[in-house]
Amino acid sequence: MSERNDHKVVLPIGPQHPSLKEPGSFKITLDGEKVERAVVEIGYNHRGIEKACESRNYTQDLYIIERVCGICSHAHTSCFCQAFEDMAGLEVPRRAYYIRGIVGELERLHSHLLWLGVASHEIGFDTLFMYTWRDRELVLDLLAQIGGNRVNYGVNTFGGVRRDLEADLMQDILHVCDQLEEKIKYYADLATTETTLIARLKGIGVLTPEDVRHFSAVGPVARAAGILDDIRVVEPYGVYKEIPVNAVTDDHCDVYGRTLVRVKEMLESIRLIRVMIREIPEGPISVRAPRKLPAGETLRRVEAPRGENIHYIRSNGSDMPDRVRVRAPSEANWHGMSYMLEGFQLADVPIIIAAIDPCYSCTDRAVSLSSGRDEQIASWDQLRLFGIEQYKKNGIDPGSIAIRPF
Amino acid sequence: MKKKERPGGLAGLAILNLFRKPATQTAQFGLGGIQKGYRGRLLYDPATCINCVMCMRDCPTGAITIENRGTKEQKDMHAYLDVGRCVFCCQCVDTCPKKCLSCSSDVLLAAFSQDDLKIEL
Ligand code: SF4
Ligand code: SF4
Repeated sequence: MSERNDHKVVLPIGPQHPSLKEPGSFKITLDGEKVERAVVEIGYNHRGIEKACESRNYTQDLYIIERVCGICSHAHTSCFCQAFEDMAGLEVPRRAYYIRGIVGELERLHSHLLWLGVASHEIGFDTLFMYTWRDRELVLDLLAQIGGNRVNYGVNTFGGVRRDLEADLMQDILHVCDQLEEKIKYYADLATTETTLIARLKGIGVLTPEDVRHFSAVGPVARAAGILDDIRVVEPYGVYKEIPVNAVTDDHCDVYGRTLVRVKEMLESIRLIRVMIREIPEGPISVRAPRKLPAGETLRRVEAPRGENIHYIRSNGSDMPDRVRVRAPSEANWHGMSYMLEGFQLADVPIIIAAIDPCYSCTDRAVSLSSGRDEQIASWDQLRLFGIEQYKKNGIDPGSIAIRPF
Repeated sequence: MKKKERPGGLAGLAILNLFRKPATQTAQFGLGGIQKGYRGRLLYDPATCINCVMCMRDCPTGAITIENRGTKEQKDMHAYLDVGRCVFCCQCVDTCPKKCLSCSSDVLLAAFSQDDLKIEL
């Protein structure tokens, strides 16, 4: 902590701090108790995942991609598999899409329950934290039964899924859905009637629809500002082409709105799981996938629990990708963080940060060390020309790479 | 004012604890939370292995090694697993064309040294 000449205090929080589980640094300039300026520094968890993918084959990459995030592992592999299947032209069996959908919604349930617990812990409501984490265990046990692991379910593979859902397992899922529905309805009730909870969350961390557009926020942060940004609705993929989602939005624009969106989304996930289990078709669960992809590039989007998840693959025709880019949803939500913190009390900082459901290791990709000089922003066309030049220098004809429009 | 501690004040509690049930779940009475189909230690059947090393090629962590200690005609197959590297994804099981690898739900694989983590399957 340091005091400046104007009696304002600069308070460093992190990189290691007790409130959030991953390292991230925040430099908060305080005027009394009020946050005047907040500087967010992330980048302590850079793991070189994209580079690791480029030096391994696609099958190996699937398990690296699964480990981008410890919560939404299924959303990442779904996105990566879809990008692969898109490029390979694979026709994925319908049953596989349904199983992916069921696991995806279970993952959303466990992610939102985890978030609700963390958020209530940040505001000192530890009873709710214990309740939600207890309920989350039910979902995790189910996921372990489906995939064979609590966190990295390993359900997805190129061309389908690896394990089928047996009839009795589906009964178990429905049973857990019944148990959870009752509890989540109670939490929804709590969120709309408990006056201390509402008073604590309302009006803090405000991000209006204009701000959401300005900072490109995604997921529940955008939906809490009334912007329907749900990839399952705006660009349906897989099972969501057949089973429409009732997207949840809210117009509070603050942390309270984000809480309501997530709680209501859990109820919607339970409804979707029930419909999927009712409608799941019989048939094969996977098709044979090639080891190599034709040269080209593709970009796919999937709705992860935290928002829009983007994967980009560029192939040069071999069994290893030429470039992999993963844009996790937290990466988009960090941009508005300083703005969200400024003007509120120091005691609001933990819950405002927690309200975007931040994931540090998902976000950290590369660190750019710049001196501020010799910098320029290149347009997409300039970058393309630059890429073509580079290919020509390496003796590769870039004309053979088909560019898919997106 | 600071409350004075009586010497031996905790003795009663200590004696009581001797007769209490353990507060944590211990593995020696069975693992409660491990479901059927959980991905754990691999099993290997050397008789059917054809030494194609497809499993080694697809392993994301390079944890598995297949070795033929014999000759091409007289095979003597061995599989080694570095438990410290294996992430139990079971991709090797899926890749194996002869289905000689399978996964068990044995998860008690901790060891006291790095070397003990390298096991023969
Ligand atoms: S389970 Fe996965 S990490 Fe372990 S040896 Fe098999 S392929 Fe490698
Ligand atoms: S893939 Fe199967 S058959 Fe081939 S070497 Fe590995 S264990 Fe043996």
